[in-house]
Parts: sequence; C-alpha cells; structure tokens
Amino acid sequence: MTWMKQAWWKILSVVLLCYAVVGGLLLPVPALPILNETIRVLHFHVPMWFGMIILFMISVYYAIQFLRTNELKYDVYSVNFTKTGIWFGVLGMLSGMIWAKFTWGEMWSGDPKQNGSAIALLIYFAYLVLRGSLNDQNQRARVTAVYNVFAFATLIPLIFILPRLTDSLHPGNGGNPGFNAYDLDSNLRKVFYLAVLGWTLLGVWLATLKIRIDIINEKIEDKELAIS
Amino acid sequence: MIEIKTFLHKEFLMEWRQKYLINGVFLYTSSTIFICYLAFNIRGATITPIVWNTLFWIIILFSAINTIAKSFLQESNQRDIYYYSLASPGVIIISKIIYSAILMVIVSTLALILYSLLLGNPVQDQTFFAIVLFLGSLGFSSSLTMVSGIASKAGNSGMLMAILSFPIIVPLVMMIIKLSKNAMDGLDRGESLDEILVLLALNAITITLALLLYPYLSKN
Repeated sequence: MTWMKQAWWKILSVVLLCYAVVGGLLLPVPALPILNETIRVLHFHVPMWFGMIILFMISVYYAIQFLRTNELKYDVYSVNFTKTGIWFGVLGMLSGMIWAKFTWGEMWSGDPKQNGSAIALLIYFAYLVLRGSLNDQNQRARVTAVYNVFAFATLIPLIFILPRLTDSLHPGNGGNPGFNAYDLDSNLRKVFYLAVLGWTLLGVWLATLKIRIDIINEKIEDKELAIS
Repeated sequence: MIEIKTFLHKEFLMEWRQKYLINGVFLYTSSTIFICYLAFNIRGATITPIVWNTLFWIIILFSAINTIAKSFLQESNQRDIYYYSLASPGVIIISKIIYSAILMVIVSTLALILYSLLLGNPVQDQTFFAIVLFLGSLGFSSSLTMVSGIASKAGNSGMLMAILSFPIIVPLVMMIIKLSKNAMDGLDRGESLDEILVLLALNAITITLALLLYPYLSKN
C-alpha cells in the first residue's frame, strides 16, 4: 500500500476535479442580473489564479532554497513550477476573456486586474527569456533565481495593492456585487473551494511530472557523456 | 559608510574622466524631447495635459533604462573581482544605487527644463511636481540598478534590460503618473499622501531586495 501513501493526493485531485466539473456545471446557481449562468466560470477561472499564485510561491521557495544551498535540483524544481504557473496564468486569462465577452461586452476592457495579470505574465515570460540567454548552468540557475525572487516581490503590489487603489469591474470591486453577496445558498462555495484545491493539486502534479522528466533527461545526458 | 563614500567618489571620478555617460544620456534625452516636439509640431498650448504628462514620463523612463543599463557596463570582469575583495556586495550595490539616483535627478531635471521650454509647462504646483520628479528618479534608479546587475550577468544586451525591467517598473510608473497628474491639477497635497506612501514603500521594498539579493548575484 505504499503507492497509496504517495498517490493519495493525485487521486484526490482527480476526484475533486470530476466533482468540480460535474457540480460546477449542474448544481443550481443563484440567478443574478448580467452574470446569469456565466457565474459558473467561478469554478474554472478563479482557481487558475489561485493555482498560479500558489505555484509561483512554491517556485520562489525553491529559488530561495537554491540560493541558500547551491544545489541544482532546486533550480529544476523552481523553473518547472514557474512554467506550470505560466500555463495556469494563460488559461486563467483566456477563460476570463471569454467570460468578459459575455458580461462586460468586450474581451479586454482595461480592467486593473486584467492589466495586472497581463503584466504578471510579462514578468514570467521575461524570466524564460533570461533563462534562454544564459549558457552556464550554475550561473543561469543563480541569476534566474535572483530575478525570480525580485520579480515575485514586485508582483505582490501589482496584484494585491494597485487594483484596490482604482475601481475594478470584477465582482466584489467598486460597488459590483461580490462573492459574498450572491453566495446566499452557499452552493457555489461548496464547489468553489474544492475546485481551487483540485486545480492546485493538478498543477503541482503536472510540475512534479515535468521535474521528474527533466531529472531523468539530465541523467541520460550524463551517461551518454560518460560513455563517449 | 566610508566605503560607500569611496565607491561613490570612484564612480564620479570615472564619469568625470570619460564624460561618456552623462553626455550620452543628456543627448539621448534631449534629442528624444526634440523629436517629440517636432512630431507633434505644435506649441505646448494645444497638447492636452494628460498627453504632456504621459509623454514626459515615458521619455524619463526610457532615459532611465538607458542610463542605468550602463551602470554595470563599465565594469570589466576582473575589476569586479577586485571590488569584491575590497568591500561587501551590499556596499557596492548601495553606492551604485546612490550614484544612479544622483545621475537620474540631474538628467530628469534637465529634461524637465528642456521639455517645458519646447512643449510648455501646464503644471500648477511646481514644487510638488519637483518632489514627484525626485521620488520618481529615486524609484527608477533603485529598481533598475538591480535589474541592470541581473542583465549584466547575461551579456548585458539592451533588449534583455528592457524586457526584464518594463513589467517590474509598471507599478512605479503608474503611481508616479498619478501623483504628477495631481501636481499638475494643483490638488491639495494631503490628497496625494496615500500615493506618496505607496511610492516610498515600493522604493523600500526594491532597495531591501537589492541588498538581500545582490550578494548572491555577485558570487562567482
């Protein structure tokens, strides 16, 4: 039963996501003006942002671990969590744009949160370009770890402080009805929290798979070098 | 403290001997302003205050990126190692930040004078605008110096410097543009207290981060 000890959270993720897809699409939702049935995007769009932030946090944690210990495996961890986080960010942005098309009338309406997330993605794309421009493995790991921590610390004011200084179109901001206001029957909340957990676990799962592939590839390369 | 002073002295001496950076940057800024003036081809009266403000800060942003990108360019690798044997990396990054802040204050003041000369000056609260200019130069130099250090490790290409710094500098630019708009409208200074505090907090964050992270960057 050792595999159960290692795999229980993967099973949990699959179960939670099945529940989130079925429950999110079928369970009754409060009927609200403008939002209507699009409120169901809550279970797919918002968890992407939660997942992205959590994955970036894990990535920063490993970047700091790398700077402290200088062990290259932490660099592999860090970059793969970042890459998975970028995927979550892109999906979150696309799902948000589709939703905005139906509720705000436009794909992109210059909402501070939209702009903030676009800039956040730019930061991490720049991170990937920076990685590409360095050849030496140790130096690449060190320089990108420094940029990772620096960028993450500047991302925080971007995502959490600036949107609060101006009004946002997002539900719960600037006089728009928020999560709590339409959460009367708590059906949404029942699915939403589990969906966040499920998507985040899926993200961690994806990242660990990629990490294992990278480490195996490195070992194969080392062996080939040793043979030749 | 004495170490910082020595390093600052060295930076200024190097600058004074070559006069490459200050002349280059000032020429860069003034020709950009002149191009803007020619492109609009109008007297300041018809350019709207919002355009005036945004254009000014974009010019300052680009000059800052070009100025500060050079702050690690002059250092060759061997000389770097020599410096690290003399002082701690924290001292080096702090003196670089102070140096580029002084440089940016000079450049942005000269830019403001030329810009007002060519495109007019609709600012109502001049002193407050000058304070914003000072805070902005400080903010630009603190975050861009660190990015320049990162970019210099990666071959110091101008493109890398730009793509690394643009997204990071956005919160700062947004706060500064908001503040300077307040100064232009001559709003009561108490109204802008929140923004000034956010600006100072952003500066404090970047300087702390630079102090914490630069030692790892310089390790070879």
